[in-house]
Amino acid sequence: MISQRKIGWFFVMLMAVLTVPLSAQDSLPPAPYAYNQLDDPRLESEATALMHSLRCLKCQSQSIADSDAPMAGDMRHQVRSRILAGESPSEIRSWLIARYGDYVSYEPEVSATTWPLFAGPIVLLLIVAGVLLRRLGKRRCDAGDAA
Amino acid sequence: MIPEIGLAALWLAAALAVLQIASGAFALRAAGGEVNPLAIYARPAAIVQAFLAVLAFLMLLWAFAITDLSIKLVASNSHSMKPMLYKLTGTWGNHEGSMLLWVGVLALSGGMLAAFERRLPERTMGATLAVQGFVALGFYAFLLLSSNPFERLPVPAAEGTGLNPLLQDVGLAIHPPTLYAGYVGLSVAFSLAMGALLTREVNPSFARVMRPWVLGAWVLLTLGITAGSYWAYYELGWGGWWFWDPVENASLMPWLAATALMHSVSVLAARDALRTWTIMLGVLAFSMSMLGTFLVRSGVLTSVHAFAVDPERGAFILALLGLYIGGAFTIFALRAGAVSEGKRFAVSSREGALVFNNVMLSAILAIVLLGTLYPLLTEMFDVRVSVGPPYFNPASAIFAVPMFLVMAVGPLLRWKSDKPARLQFELALIAALFIGVIAVVSFFGQFPLLPLLGLGLAAALGVAAFLPLRGRAISRVPVATWGMVIAHFGVAVSLFGMACEGAFSQERLAAVAPGGTEQIGDFSFTLESVTPVAGPNWTAIEARLAISEDGGEPVILTPQARNFWSPPQATSESALLTRWDGQLYAVIGNQAEDGRWQIRVWWKPFVTFIWYGGLLIGLGGILAIAGRVKVDVRRRRAVAMGTVRRSDLEALDAASPVPAE
Repeated sequence: MISQRKIGWFFVMLMAVLTVPLSAQDSLPPAPYAYNQLDDPRLESEATALMHSLRCLKCQSQSIADSDAPMAGDMRHQVRSRILAGESPSEIRSWLIARYGDYVSYEPEVSATTWPLFAGPIVLLLIVAGVLLRRLGKRRCDAGDAA
Repeated sequence: MIPEIGLAALWLAAALAVLQIASGAFALRAAGGEVNPLAIYARPAAIVQAFLAVLAFLMLLWAFAITDLSIKLVASNSHSMKPMLYKLTGTWGNHEGSMLLWVGVLALSGGMLAAFERRLPERTMGATLAVQGFVALGFYAFLLLSSNPFERLPVPAAEGTGLNPLLQDVGLAIHPPTLYAGYVGLSVAFSLAMGALLTREVNPSFARVMRPWVLGAWVLLTLGITAGSYWAYYELGWGGWWFWDPVENASLMPWLAATALMHSVSVLAARDALRTWTIMLGVLAFSMSMLGTFLVRSGVLTSVHAFAVDPERGAFILALLGLYIGGAFTIFALRAGAVSEGKRFAVSSREGALVFNNVMLSAILAIVLLGTLYPLLTEMFDVRVSVGPPYFNPASAIFAVPMFLVMAVGPLLRWKSDKPARLQFELALIAALFIGVIAVVSFFGQFPLLPLLGLGLAAALGVAAFLPLRGRAISRVPVATWGMVIAHFGVAVSLFGMACEGAFSQERLAAVAPGGTEQIGDFSFTLESVTPVAGPNWTAIEARLAISEDGGEPVILTPQARNFWSPPQATSESALLTRWDGQLYAVIGNQAEDGRWQIRVWWKPFVTFIWYGGLLIGLGGILAIAGRVKVDVRRRRAVAMGTVRRSDLEALDAASPVPAE
């Protein structure tokens, strides 16, 4: 009994420790550019395109452009303010990848872990060319022989 | 009592599936021309099994309708306060219920095959029903052993937990059953392919039996994906219609395979070519259906690790998947050599174009498969990567663009062999439209490459779809040909919608105080008020937006931010203003510190064409089925008449023993 109560206590403490910073974060007002567009339409479209290809880490299969999660709002703010400061989308993407890992970007880059994604289509192109040559190329010879 | 009837029906159905396998297998052992005495049970077993499985599903439907809280599934997924429609649709809004629907449709299609199909040789039919029974047995076992939908609670619950509010929508009433029926319709194509392969009956008459099943399944998949895409578009509240999400991909992959299969089986029926291709695609299409079910139903998508912690269900489906796909491809590998290729053809022929496009469809399928499974694979080794639109769009376009170009020309070519020179005018027209539209559009502004290509292809395809009718008497064109024309035109319409949405969409995101006005494109919108409203099982904040186009008469849109209380969840209900040339899409967000409201509005030109196109494609498929059935009925009647006439003649001959000379 005692040990159970101890565990229960431990959980209450743990929950308290874990939830305090979270609720503190929730009550903060969203960062300025989380829900505000940039004035320059060209920069805004650049930012939008980038935001659509970044994953919201708190959601299931949503980009930060489509998510209402506070964290996605913070990331949108980062993207917009960095675009405004003159950074290029690819610089911002690499900065976010350095911070959150490959998982944050929907646009995989060639690396030790992702190379099969890019080798795949190339191998596929070769296979397709091979299959088409075998299936259709041979026919041409046959047709030629018959003629 | 009701759940017990359902459970008993399921067990009986499983037992009948065993009988169906055994009896079907005996049909294979019959000598030519004879019927094995044990083979006669396969058909009745399949039919009775269909009744039992459907009965089981109806029992579950009934339990959900009356919210029988002594059943675990109902208690954990329904709520007595839910509207009746969503109580019913909730039946398949969960794992067990949707698997029961799956199995019900599987048994039903097997029963229909057994009841109505009389054209196949009995041996092939026996083998087909045996395979169908084998597939069904696996899924019965899955339901009964690892996800029993009729499980009772030791003590009935006081109240149910409720259904995920995102699923409380009419879209859900249509989308999953349609998609499942499509998935499972492909099981018949699979069984037929295996049956024909086992009995070496891969020929045009087999293809004519298979074609309506493939067409039907394909139509249902098309409509299911279209409905799903529209549901995601208006229900998820972020204005997107396709995100290459694994769940979406799981439905797209069987569709791609079924599209290829449908074209291939038509070639087999009409020209006796592409025999092994058709069989292979038949196996592939159903494999993709099962893979889709596995991905969506095993929990592997939420997290590979969650799957590994509670692997019972996922491992079960994975084992079934391995058994069926592995088994089918093994038989294919062993027997394919015995099936000859069939009739030959030249590169520039309609068959040639179809082969090209089938290869392209298969390649796109491979890309989608790679991009969907690869992140799951790396996650197993604790490396997380994301694969999204920036990968899928260009990688699939590599194969899709040539495919669409060939698709424009293919239907104009003759069977067997044709000279491109004959089609000079048509080819020039298609090329001019493609290049012309791209040139004109890029003259007016800077647009991304893919939408630009899409616009060019849409124009070329839209006109090319009708070229096969050129020089023909319109009233004499067969119904099935109209089906092809309309389906191909639907592809162009859909492409046009996608390209416009990609190239010309506008977005306005603003913090608006009540009374404030903002502008997007030709529209101005005024936030008139924000008020709380309540529904049967939710409360919401509702914005009244007065939208006026070019200063005209305002229209009121009311987007809501809803809070459901059982289970507690917030959803965003978008409001749509549909014009012929596009949709205005409005969402209300949070309230800022200063009391202003976040309003997000998109103007999406021609976005509706995406789904109109999907509907046209489906309609084309329905016309193709109707046309084939019509021809078939006419042929059967002619044959019957011929037999009657022949017997009359014989009777006459018998009556007059001395023939007149």
